[in-house]
Amino acid sequence: MALTLKDLINKQIPLNGGHRMCGGCPVPVIVKQVLMSTDHPKIIGNATGCLEVATTIYPYTAWNHPWIHNAFENVAATVSGIEAAHNALSRIGEVPEHNKDAKFIAFAGDGGTYDIGLQSLSGALERGHNMLYVCYDNEGYMNTGIQRSSATPIGANTTTTPIGSESYGKTQSRKDLLSIVAAHHIPYAASTSPHNWMDAMKKSKKAIETQGPTFLLYFAPCIPGWKIPSDVWKKLSETAVKTCFWPLIEFEDGKWSLTGESKLIAEGKMPKIPVEEFLKSQGRFKHLFTDKNKHVIEIIQKDVDKSWNYYKGLAGY
Amino acid sequence: MGKYIALTGAESAAFAMKQINPDVVAAYPITPQTPVAMKFSEYVANGEVNTEYVTVESEHSAMSATVGAAAAGARAMTATASNGLALMWEIVYIASSMRLPILMAVVNRALSGPINIHGDHSDAMGARDSGWIQIFNENNQEVYDSFIMALRIAEHPDVLTPAMVCQDGFITSHSVENVMPLTNEQVQKFIGKKKFKGLITADKPFTMGPLDLQDYYFEHKKQQHEAMKKVFAVVEEVQNEYAKEFGRKYSVIEEYRTEDADTIIMGLNSVMGNVKTVVDSAREKGIKIGAVKPRFFRPFPVDYLRDLLPKFKAVVVLDRSDSFGAMPPLYSETLAALYGIENAPMIKGYIHGLGGRDTNLAMIETVVDNLQKLKDTGEGNLTFEYLGVRE
Repeated sequence: MALTLKDLINKQIPLNGGHRMCGGCPVPVIVKQVLMSTDHPKIIGNATGCLEVATTIYPYTAWNHPWIHNAFENVAATVSGIEAAHNALSRIGEVPEHNKDAKFIAFAGDGGTYDIGLQSLSGALERGHNMLYVCYDNEGYMNTGIQRSSATPIGANTTTTPIGSESYGKTQSRKDLLSIVAAHHIPYAASTSPHNWMDAMKKSKKAIETQGPTFLLYFAPCIPGWKIPSDVWKKLSETAVKTCFWPLIEFEDGKWSLTGESKLIAEGKMPKIPVEEFLKSQGRFKHLFTDKNKHVIEIIQKDVDKSWNYYKGLAGY
Repeated sequence: MGKYIALTGAESAAFAMKQINPDVVAAYPITPQTPVAMKFSEYVANGEVNTEYVTVESEHSAMSATVGAAAAGARAMTATASNGLALMWEIVYIASSMRLPILMAVVNRALSGPINIHGDHSDAMGARDSGWIQIFNENNQEVYDSFIMALRIAEHPDVLTPAMVCQDGFITSHSVENVMPLTNEQVQKFIGKKKFKGLITADKPFTMGPLDLQDYYFEHKKQQHEAMKKVFAVVEEVQNEYAKEFGRKYSVIEEYRTEDADTIIMGLNSVMGNVKTVVDSAREKGIKIGAVKPRFFRPFPVDYLRDLLPKFKAVVVLDRSDSFGAMPPLYSETLAALYGIENAPMIKGYIHGLGGRDTNLAMIETVVDNLQKLKDTGEGNLTFEYLGVRE
């Protein structure tokens, strides 16, 4: 199947409208990009989080796929069990031929992945289940009311790193999850951003079609959590990539590479924008634009450059 | 019928699992459950089962993977003990709320802390409100037979509820006894084909585990209670069929020398072996005593106990777990079951054997003496104390 808008427009939408995600939230877009990238039969696991609570309020569901939610920290283990069942039942002839190449896809937020679900994810990656794990990373516990996670960047004002006379928000760098995942030596892992739908869908397709455990780290701006208007996720995602705050990275068969705008920036074909451009439109960083906190922007810029240079190096630039 | 083979309690559970041939097993090592997982791994390694064995990285993931597998239509099983069951806790409740007929071998072990690897029932008793059927077993033969019957009970369309098959850590799990297994063909014929449907399959969209709020959650929880109410009817049917087919007769509550007894000792799991021995020696002295062993703690056999216990003048209940600041579980639930019954017996409780402390014959002889005092004078009625603990 070719990834063209003409083809995509005729496909069944995997997640119906009418769900209760925030207006202007990119996560339903992410779900569609991932699931519409191939025509395989798919079984979905979903960790507790925005996507789960807002799409399946009983007796309603927005999902056009078989879908299961178990708990917060265990979607990787839950989907491991489903995949194991599929393998066992295939062996004894209980899975019809047309479903034998079914794909198993886990969705979780950054809280359910970087933090509480890290063990379950690591276990599943190490065991080598045939599973795509998608982390939609909105950089905090947004569903419970904007708390910091280990994916929250330096300087962010959250309800557990609130700004105050002695605080400029979160003081620690975000966890480098992509490297942690890659350290499991899985066949495919990538970071992507929904604004670059071709980058995202190509990576989704590759991740789904690759046998074994694969991983996608998706940038997901959060309207209430980042205190941004409901019509900016696309522009903001693009700025995140162009500032190298969120590089588009691919890890395939042990080799690192950059894609999309990140590749162009690394090759000097597109300018690298200062991170300030990414920070300035977001309420969670508003306090940094004061005399008192201005130095934090420099800290963030250094943090971004360090990570960017690290990945650029891995990609051979 | 097969012939006697020497098996530990843990191996008895693994052997029954092998003969059931589950689609998926996900388990994690923890003493004293580990030999269940080890033995089953050997069956997988030698191609004796068709099972996908998921070597999870924790008990939390063991239960999570088992839930996923059962939701996808697999006969799914796991095994655990003590802290492992505690780590699973969250998902133990989710498994039963999804009405997945999972079987779990529980090798009862004291909960930390302090850390202790030996047998008591604090793990299973903590899970008593988790919505699982709980079957307690005195010896290895019983463990084996319960496992086979538990599958039929859990998968019954009226029940569709997961079940724990419990035995005492080390006391039975690591002790070798002669066990008479069925043949593979007998087991397969008895358990039959899966009757429950996999809901999370690629065939059609289905949403499982949605957010369930004030307007439906309550009804769904009540449905779990309604399913539990149907368990004993199914148990009776399954036990009768098992007895008819294989000649081994089990009951919800096993009675031992109770015909003319005026006092009885009641308890769960392996201690009842010692109790029976002491009953025999007391009988030789002319004491009219018997033993009563509930095989189920969940559902709790209220009606059975209300029928049975008024036949006796005095009852002692042995609990191998404590409920700090309250009465121990078997004792308190037995008291509650008897409330308001005319001719209810006098009753006294003992907490015994915590952390695997041996509840030996001498201790139970003391209980017999005190039970006779209770019967004759009422001394100790409606109280409980500790057995075999240093002051």
